Amino acid sequence: MPNSKTYRTPFLLLLLLLVVCFGINISLGSVSIPLEETFNSIFGRTVQKESWDYIIWNYRIPKAFTAILVGSGLSLSGLLMQTLFRNPLAGPFVLGISSGASLGAAILIMGSSLFAGIFGFNYIGDIALILASSIGSFLVLLSVVSVASKVKDTMTLLIIGLMFGSITAAIVSVLSYFSDAEKLQQYTYWTFGSIGNLSWSQLSLLFGIILIGITLSILCMKSLNALLLGENYARSLGVNIRKNRFIIIIATGLLAGGITAFAGPIVFIGLAVPHLTRQIFDTTNHKILVPAVLIYGAIIILLCDTIAQIPGNAHVIPINAITSILGAPVVIWLLVRKRKMIF
Amino acid sequence: MVISTKTKNDFLSSKTFKQITIEKKHEHTTLKATELSIGYKTKKKEILIADKIDFSLKKGEITSIVGINGIGKSTLLRTLAYVQPKLQGEILLNEKEIENYTSLALASQISVVLTETVASKNLTVLELIALARQPYTNWIGTLTTTDKNKIAEAIAMVQLETLQHKKCYELSDGQLQKVMIARALAQDTAVILLDEPTSHLDMYHKAVILKLLKNIANKTKKTVLFTTHEIEVAIQICDKMLVLGKNQFSFGTPEELITSKCFEKLFPKDTITFDASSASFKIK
Repeated sequence: MPNSKTYRTPFLLLLLLLVVCFGINISLGSVSIPLEETFNSIFGRTVQKESWDYIIWNYRIPKAFTAILVGSGLSLSGLLMQTLFRNPLAGPFVLGISSGASLGAAILIMGSSLFAGIFGFNYIGDIALILASSIGSFLVLLSVVSVASKVKDTMTLLIIGLMFGSITAAIVSVLSYFSDAEKLQQYTYWTFGSIGNLSWSQLSLLFGIILIGITLSILCMKSLNALLLGENYARSLGVNIRKNRFIIIIATGLLAGGITAFAGPIVFIGLAVPHLTRQIFDTTNHKILVPAVLIYGAIIILLCDTIAQIPGNAHVIPINAITSILGAPVVIWLLVRKRKMIF
Repeated sequence: MVISTKTKNDFLSSKTFKQITIEKKHEHTTLKATELSIGYKTKKKEILIADKIDFSLKKGEITSIVGINGIGKSTLLRTLAYVQPKLQGEILLNEKEIENYTSLALASQISVVLTETVASKNLTVLELIALARQPYTNWIGTLTTTDKNKIAEAIAMVQLETLQHKKCYELSDGQLQKVMIARALAQDTAVILLDEPTSHLDMYHKAVILKLLKNIANKTKKTVLFTTHEIEVAIQICDKMLVLGKNQFSFGTPEELITSKCFEKLFPKDTITFDASSASFKIK
């Protein structure tokens, strides 16, 4: 857009902040490792204790990268949904992706006691959980996409997504009712969200998925800007609404679905980060907003994760709790102060 | 109407003879409808709103569509903009059927100003107008010098220089309408279609907007077509008018339409009558 600022300074500051947060995140954890030793380990120098090196390279760094992917991906999908539905309350999960994943996980965890006798297994591995939740979210997404090609109005799609959510929630509660306490607890743990369980290979798979999501979003940036005028105006500018809506939904599905499969349903980030970003970047141009939410989302979740660790303590608070407890008041404060919630 | 003819003559006489001949050669029909039927199609039935409408719009002309509520003014405009499909007949845009245009080619020929407000009022005036260049920009929407010039021209023509960095939520209805017109101008199309551009504006702003539209049509040689309820003002300002009535329509210059007593038939006579001498409606 003409004469519009490039926002170079805020971008540089945000990137710097991202690096700092990344550093803080890996230098703090349940085992206290001196800052100097942390850096020694990162830069491949000799470390006093071998276990520290192991913790940093096999636990903390993958976790920090997961955090970055989760934060960026969820924030971007939130931005996509807010623009597509022209609704500031839309988030990555309005299309029922998280409820689909929950259903997959619920069927696997709580339904397994029903099938255990048949298949003779009782332990549910991470891989099985990832598979189940991906299949769940993919199936829900598939139904939403098939409906999307039939409905003209995007708002209808929003309601259809909510309805899918209600159906899956109902099935999950039926399953919970009939399952035993242990399984119920395991399912509840899954809903807390977790970013600390990914191996390097899982991480690279997630990275690939997020990368495709980001690429698709970049391809849609021009149409996303046109959608700010409303669908009819966008159409009058030659935008193929159906095609772009399809691409946007697929991108969101990959981003939010992939993340939910690996890290559980992480709430709040997708809804809030686009709004927080708009407080710094006073623009509607997606060419600015897309990279901005990617960086901002990563920073926010790195901070949340650092707090969730409770440095020097063996306990870890569920990341979902932190994102909401800390994030929601910040959003409320910002909005009350600025007195506007526009997109 | 007398006034508008005079201004038109002034405008023409101010040009040299050579320019006039060039203009005459290029003066052609941009938008032509033949036996056009409009309405809504559902799977089970067709709801016909207006039938067999004929008209042709020339370059540099401003035309209004008038008629009572629900007669199909907006439907006609939406059909012409290819937002909804026609039922029957033919719409020719620059001698080519409108269905044969790709959506992108159509976007460089027809721009619209709709009654709905923009979805994001957080857009600045400049950003909003710049979006009009989308049919011409590359995949990521980079503005070239030509695009920037067109945007600047549109802003200058509508005199929005002082407002260009304001956000849309800061604007009044009249200002926002001007911005939307500037956006349509920046899209640089042969035809501009406007759906009730003067609704909920006060008398002064109505006049401002309509004068602006007339100016745009005459100066930039675009075809401007708008729907309106301001029949009296439209009579003064338009080159042609399309009067939609029940099962009938009339198309012509305002004088022709007054002479043929078209406006008398527009509303039920027991409530409103038309006074031809003053070209105004009287409430009984």
